Amino acid sequence: MRNISALVFASGLAFLLLVITWQFILGGAPMLIGEAILQQAAEELGAANLVTSVVLGYRGIDTLGEIAILFTASTATSLVLSSIAEKTSAKSKPGLRDDGTILASSASLFFPLLMTIGLYIILHGHLTPGGGFQGGVILAAAFFLPLLAVPGRGVNHSGLALVEGFAGASFIVIGIIALFQGKAFLQPLFGHGEMGSLLSAGSLPLLYIAVGLKVGAELSGLLANLAEPSGNGDETLSATESASTEQTSMQAEKTKS
Amino acid sequence: MIWVIALMVFIMLVGAVTVLLVDSHVSAIAASSAVSLALSVIFVILQAPDVAMTEAVVGSGLSSVILALALFRLNRNKAKMEQSDA
Amino acid sequence: MTTNLIHWLLYGGAMGLIVIGIVGVVTLTNIFRIILALVIAEAGANLLLVIAGYRFDAIAPILTGQALSAMPTTQIMVDPVPQAMVLTSIVIGVGVQALALALVLKVYKNYQTLDLREIHHRMLADIDHSSGVISLLSEEQPKGERPLPEPETKNVLNSGGEK
Repeated sequence: MRNISALVFASGLAFLLLVITWQFILGGAPMLIGEAILQQAAEELGAANLVTSVVLGYRGIDTLGEIAILFTASTATSLVLSSIAEKTSAKSKPGLRDDGTILASSASLFFPLLMTIGLYIILHGHLTPGGGFQGGVILAAAFFLPLLAVPGRGVNHSGLALVEGFAGASFIVIGIIALFQGKAFLQPLFGHGEMGSLLSAGSLPLLYIAVGLKVGAELSGLLANLAEPSGNGDETLSATESASTEQTSMQAEKTKS
Repeated sequence: MIWVIALMVFIMLVGAVTVLLVDSHVSAIAASSAVSLALSVIFVILQAPDVAMTEAVVGSGLSSVILALALFRLNRNKAKMEQSDA
Repeated sequence: MTTNLIHWLLYGGAMGLIVIGIVGVVTLTNIFRIILALVIAEAGANLLLVIAGYRFDAIAPILTGQALSAMPTTQIMVDPVPQAMVLTSIVIGVGVQALALALVLKVYKNYQTLDLREIHHRMLADIDHSSGVISLLSEEQPKGERPLPEPETKNVLNSGGEK
């Protein structure tokens, strides 16, 4: 019964979307804003990658909001995860185990390579495909790899929070400096420079560095929170948690029987 | 070109159906990763290299790592519970 | 003809992903799998946005080579605005997914199951218990009269490979 109703629902939805699809135009849709941006972006901002000039120049406040959402999601995740922290005794860790020399040494071999690639992608965000988001994720992977290979190695959460806060603050400060110069918020500063060179496009590379560091710090903190049991300091909390859990499960057992 | 698009759309849709139907959670995570990978090839064909890069890094890399870590923790909780039951 | 076929392939792929994702969210009962279905629906929406900005015979919106000196170029480019929006959307998506997984872990910690109906069942029992109401789902009720069949709690979390 349930499956039949699901099938009916699915076919109805598919039919509706197909009717909508019938009216779409591929490759010829009118693009008013896009056309104007393509014409003017190179002169106004001087970034070779026009997507970057949209992300940071024309829609900079959008990116600020995106960073805020990511920050909120990461903070909420660590909050929820710390409330279910498990008690871990020092001698027996049921979690990740040490997987030997090969993994550990290749992790330390890959760490500088991944760092280089991540920083390269962040720094060339205004010239080539890539930028703060992609490079930030690669940085997070670089920091997470040693943690995966050598479990039990703690993460410096306060250092991550420092980097994250500094990057976020510098993004906003760059926006406010533009206000003091009589421009709009987050309007690019400095000159354009020669287009296609590393030092060009005004303050867009600086903004992308801030975005990259912030995304990298947030995501590596999130991965570390998910990976490690993080039981230190939460003994009382987890004790009450487990007590209430036991109560719940007992109740559920009683309900079932 | 059209064969590449057709192949990638086929892989994408088959992977998406696999995510819903397969029994094991690990296979479902791998299938969703494959969906993201095929999607990033389509983004390259659609002349969106930035988006393709993001999808390849985030969708098929980071996202599946996060899912796998969560699944690992769920299994560990389950194992611990069975231990305490016995 | 070829244009028409590409149109149907691309839009069909995007719509197919959205439909599969929504059907998964509606029909599946395991909350971990529901998150996976949500990720697929989100990927379909992203693909739809990028397709909306596509133009035939266009190049990627990145200036290279001669185009750097000779601006404005004569070469058509695809629309950069949807691409920028999808770029942020993908990164937000992974943050939201991590938050959802943390909540799933919390739910599993408290209810010891991932089955949606079972969680609903136990949650109602908890609410009734804490407010002091005699539960409709409690043991006073004959077993056959329950609104839902007794859901399976075993093998809700099969991880594969270790069966």
